[in-house]
Amino acid sequence: MTDRFNLYRFASPATFYPLAGTLIPYFAAVSVVFGLAGLWLGMLVAPTDFQQGEGYRIIFIHVPASWMSMFIYLVMAFWAAIGLAFNTRLSGMMAQALAPTGALMAFLSLWTGALWGKPMWGAWWVWDARLTSELILLFLYIGYMALTAAIDDPKRADKAGGLLLLVGVVNIPIIYFSVKWWNTLHQGSSVNLTKSSMAETMLWGMLLMAMCFWMYSIAVAFMRVRTIMLERERHTDWVKAELAKAGNGGEQ
Amino acid sequence: MFRIIAAVIGRDLKLAMRRQADIVSALFFFIIVVSLFPLGVGPEPDLLRKLAPGVLWVAALLATMLSLPRLFADDHRDGTLEQLALAPHPLGLVVTGKVIAHWLVSGLPLALIAPVLGVQFDLSADALIVLTFAILLGTPALSGIGAIGAALTLGLRGGGVLLSLLVLPLYIPVLIFGAGAVDATVTGLGGRSSFPARRHHFCLTRLRPWASAAALKIALE
Repeated sequence: MTDRFNLYRFASPATFYPLAGTLIPYFAAVSVVFGLAGLWLGMLVAPTDFQQGEGYRIIFIHVPASWMSMFIYLVMAFWAAIGLAFNTRLSGMMAQALAPTGALMAFLSLWTGALWGKPMWGAWWVWDARLTSELILLFLYIGYMALTAAIDDPKRADKAGGLLLLVGVVNIPIIYFSVKWWNTLHQGSSVNLTKSSMAETMLWGMLLMAMCFWMYSIAVAFMRVRTIMLERERHTDWVKAELAKAGNGGEQ
Repeated sequence: MFRIIAAVIGRDLKLAMRRQADIVSALFFFIIVVSLFPLGVGPEPDLLRKLAPGVLWVAALLATMLSLPRLFADDHRDGTLEQLALAPHPLGLVVTGKVIAHWLVSGLPLALIAPVLGVQFDLSADALIVLTFAILLGTPALSGIGAIGAALTLGLRGGGVLLSLLVLPLYIPVLIFGAGAVDATVTGLGGRSSFPARRHHFCLTRLRPWASAAALKIALE
């Protein structure tokens, strides 16, 4: 009838499971399309940087990965808040499904950053405020995953993990500013990541790649959340029906 | 309100005093870790003076970590914690009391012994004073943040390692401001400059017992 009604309906695993299943191919396809377009723009169309040569092109992976690593943490904290406030089952599952992708993005961002830093700054790693806070973000992801993995009861795992996410999200600005303050105090490397001016094609390439990463994250999180749903709700009728359907499909 | 906090502090202190070995061993852990660094990096006074703030602070973080699991574990095991949660007082106040007691037996001794260890690192009198005050002001935050981690990992397998994984990243601001204040004094920038920055961090202190209380309720369900 109305949009609201529909959205609430999908808060139940039994209805969300098939919805996620049908949506995954679309998100995956859109991700591939954006990815190809972004890579084409970034690798072939965008001009060579006058300072950094061809090496700068790693930006098309590096920046979207960093964006996603931060954004996914916020999304997880959002689901955690919903889960703690309204006691919804799906929110905790979503947060847990997103965590590995977020950690992967943080790792990718650090890794590509190191690959980029070596030729440009002459060092794999510098204690720049941004690098350091990205590393700490990776630690936070790992802490969350370790905590949820250590708790056997899924309900408690969701709640404890959710609380940790909220504590983390409150602390992230403090950590970021303290690291920044620390860096200026130490007068470390004078690395400046800000570009003087960015060609428009570069910006578009980066945005397309960001969309590609975004869609990829959604697709992968949906795949993971489907597995979590089946595992947790294995005693319910809808899972049995779903598995029976899948079993028949395999035989035909 | 203050009566319940005082009651919890008194009870926890009494329990801690009956097992003084725990306090002393955490303190000696701190002393030994700090003393290992000169053996590792060499005895040059210039180098040691530079390393001192960081070494003392990291050792203080680790020593606090060491005593965190005991914050709730014993009470959880004998059922006291459930009784406290059932009591009519808000659990946040009880947690506040426990955190203060924890600081009195873990953070305060560290702050008192720190200047002695600072002398080993050839710190100036000014730096020693700032160091003592920085640890004195920083360790309550360590106990407060640590309480959240201790409550989240209550009764879990491998709780100790997990606790450090959760809590140490959150300790980073305290480490930076604490060591930074001492470092600024050593290099002559004026250590007091960092104290306003710390105040922002302390604004959150009041929220922490409630986060820990929420975590305890999850653990007790």
